[in-house]
Amino acid sequence: MRVNLSVNGEKHEADVEPRLLLVHLIREVLRLTGTHIGCDTTHCGACTVLMDGRPVKSCTVFAVQARGKELMTVEGLEQDGTLHPLQEGFMAEHGLQCGYCTPGMLMTSYAFLRKHPNPTEDDIRLAISGNLCRCTGYVNIVKAIQYAAAKLHNGHQGGA
Amino acid sequence: MALRTSPEVGGMGHSIKRKEDPRFIRGKGTYVDDIQLPGMLYLDLVRSPYAHATIKKIDTAKAMAVPGVLAVITGQDLAKYNLHWMPTLMSDTQMVLPVEKVMYQAQEVAAVLATTRYAAADGMAAVEVEYEPLPVVTDPKKALAAGAPVLRTDKKDKKDNHIWHWEWGNGPATDRALAEAEVTVQEDIYIPRIHVASIETCGCIAHFDKVDGKLTVWMTTQAPHAIRTVFALVAGHVGLAEHKIRIISPDIGGGFGGKVPVYPGYVIAVAASVLTGKPVKWIEDRMENLQADSFARDYHISAELGARKDGTLTALRIKTLADHGYTDAAANPSKFPAGLFHVCTGSYDLTAAHVTVDGAYTNKPPGGIAYRCSFRVTEAVHTIERMVDLMAHQLGVDPAELRFKNFVKPEQFPYKSALGWEYDSGNYAGALRKAMDKIGYGALRREQVEKRQRGQLMGIGISSFTEIVGAGPSKHFDILGLKMFDSCEIRIHPTGKAIARFGTKSQGQGHETTYAQILAEELGIPAADIQVEEGDTDTAPYGLGTYASRSTPVAGAAAAVAARKIRDKARQIAAHLLEAAADDLVWEPGKFSVKGAPHRSTTIQQIAFAAYTNHPQGMEAGLEAVSYYDPPNLTFPFGSYICVVDIDSGTGEVKIRRFVAVDDCGNIINPMIVDGQIHGGLTMGLGPALFEEISYDEIGNIQGGSFIDYLVPTAVETPRWETDKTCTPSPHHPLGAKGVGESATVGAPAAIVNAVVDALWHLGVRHIDIPITPAKVWKLLREKGITE
Repeated sequence: MRVNLSVNGEKHEADVEPRLLLVHLIREVLRLTGTHIGCDTTHCGACTVLMDGRPVKSCTVFAVQARGKELMTVEGLEQDGTLHPLQEGFMAEHGLQCGYCTPGMLMTSYAFLRKHPNPTEDDIRLAISGNLCRCTGYVNIVKAIQYAAAKLHNGHQGGA
Repeated sequence: MALRTSPEVGGMGHSIKRKEDPRFIRGKGTYVDDIQLPGMLYLDLVRSPYAHATIKKIDTAKAMAVPGVLAVITGQDLAKYNLHWMPTLMSDTQMVLPVEKVMYQAQEVAAVLATTRYAAADGMAAVEVEYEPLPVVTDPKKALAAGAPVLRTDKKDKKDNHIWHWEWGNGPATDRALAEAEVTVQEDIYIPRIHVASIETCGCIAHFDKVDGKLTVWMTTQAPHAIRTVFALVAGHVGLAEHKIRIISPDIGGGFGGKVPVYPGYVIAVAASVLTGKPVKWIEDRMENLQADSFARDYHISAELGARKDGTLTALRIKTLADHGYTDAAANPSKFPAGLFHVCTGSYDLTAAHVTVDGAYTNKPPGGIAYRCSFRVTEAVHTIERMVDLMAHQLGVDPAELRFKNFVKPEQFPYKSALGWEYDSGNYAGALRKAMDKIGYGALRREQVEKRQRGQLMGIGISSFTEIVGAGPSKHFDILGLKMFDSCEIRIHPTGKAIARFGTKSQGQGHETTYAQILAEELGIPAADIQVEEGDTDTAPYGLGTYASRSTPVAGAAAAVAARKIRDKARQIAAHLLEAAADDLVWEPGKFSVKGAPHRSTTIQQIAFAAYTNHPQGMEAGLEAVSYYDPPNLTFPFGSYICVVDIDSGTGEVKIRRFVAVDDCGNIINPMIVDGQIHGGLTMGLGPALFEEISYDEIGNIQGGSFIDYLVPTAVETPRWETDKTCTPSPHHPLGAKGVGESATVGAPAAIVNAVVDALWHLGVRHIDIPITPAKVWKLLREKGITE
């Protein structure tokens, strides 16, 4: 089946099996390998991408369901060589270790901050509770998201 | 520790930002599944639904008819090359693919090779296997009982399911001391089977190049060199010599011990690539990862601790039954089948101790890896910290007070423990005092009294752990005969930049940053100018890899020693440049100057250039060094953790209100990274304490085989960890460092359990096995008449 979709602002067209998972389209057909796979049951969130602005776990979405949609992956966060405040925040606050859950965390947080620009710590913890991290204990991920919220609040123009 | 370098140089003690991060936050890491090679084939594995069954027949016809399927590989196929069995790290044997019978649910039965991932999965589903179920044994006590079915029928002389008996310490002295003790406490403690569940599962791409006969394997491994040697030893008879094997460990999405063993999938992928001459990718899914990869713990412990009435602890006796599954595939040093469990006297000055451990076969997956700890030290710490708490409650003494009374004192170091370890350094009372001050211990105890009067359940738990890491001195430590040294090779380029390679392999610990900082400290070359590489056996010096918190204690020490060799040569070159005697030069990070004439100096960068352009006559050109560091002793990080819990008496839910962790890992390389390691370690202590368990029903069905029922903590359950430090350097480590990656996982569970039992002690609760689920607590509360 033919799928037309846009990923990070770029148009793509692919001929796919109806059962192809979106995450495999992104990773293996489009070769955007920043989106990771960590489970089979939609629990870990490593595969989170944005579909028309909403975070979805791309291991549980068929590629054909993304027909006509605008996707955004971790590769789309950096704009014209400028890191998104979330990316900055994850580096500044040591919000990542092995880096495997990081792209999913970034995408979930990106969508969350657009809706909730002034979150409390509890809001943040709830927002990322569908993304598992085994390395960081979440403390510094929360701080990284707070860093980004503060920076975005102070009028950064970096795309969010 | 005072800073010796500027932030620009970024030596030890600076929280410099990680060199790894720019690629990870852009999604530009390279994990094994990110690699695609031209013509690559995919492997999927047929797994057994039965825990114990004879294989009557494997029918591959329907699978072979699936478009894209090229081959179905069975144990019979591998048997032709004598590759159907392989040795485990503990010199037991493990099936790659079975010929006669399966021994656990989810065991690999056959492999399907196909042109795409989806075709391989279709083929896997189409393989028809006829089984005849056999009696199943999942309880190690039943496995050792008379009349139990003998599981390892492949071992001709095996008449039972007993693997080994191991003991350590002075049995008669311990028996005597316990008989004479004025107070004793006894408890049975089960530490259940758990799984590291790194977010990246395991996998590999095996690529055998038929033209030059070289096998390259990109592989999720924490120990690439050891794997290369194991492959050469196991597959030498089919023509794979060690110089024709290259293991590349790319970016690793978390290891925690789970990526130390050799899993059948790796071996089958290698065999498939050797046979086809094409690259073969095998990536397990999460359920395969949880159900078939190495487990941790599964220790049935029975402990007895003796004391005098004044609270002086005297002796400890522990008897343990270790459930190893169907083979002993633990990842322990050869000499110690129960790992370092015999560090179980912990932080306390006991006069006598004795430990016995018996291993048993059951119909469960093999393993016995560490789950973010150094070879069973978590089991040891859990036991002693529970027993000390039990004794305190029994004596009616505050658990902190009993600990202060019995800690090994700072002036006793180096301290020889009752079980023979020589602890390098410590100040246990200092760490506990700091934790108590930080959390406001006295006020919490008063609040607890008030709450108890109102019928509210609040508990305070302490864990004052001592770890044993940095394996290890070659005298005692080897894996399959390979001594547990580690290595660093440094090359300083003419322009003063450097590359350093190591025998270890980071899985998130930040080695690219911290190793560069060690070299910056020792050489004064900015950390930003030093590239660190690991994980490629064709380029890195030989080492035993990263696990058991050994990177800083062993490879970090190698970095310091190699850097000092470079400094020695640099001194000779500097003397030549400054026209001074080498002995008259003074080193400060980054430059040599002439004693008494500080304006006469030369920088390490100038020296590096001279090493290639103007080196003294009679000296070899270049500025390189390598060190294979054999540690003189292990290091003994320690800390004190205090946990405050509130328990919902209606639901049994345990809520962690506060958790203070005071750690002492000696001198610190990067405080930011150390804190991150502790946060993560604490969370991997929380998980097993409250949520994580893999259990089996009577017929061997796994419970906890997916993230649906294997509960890993999310950000919501995880408390806001509060961390602090004391600093007691290791006297024998070149940098005074001790290692920190696992301390918190080792120390945290006991603090949580102690807090929960503390909250319920007045109701008559003496012990609860982890994980402390709401259901377990609710059941206890109902038994005690607290809730309906």
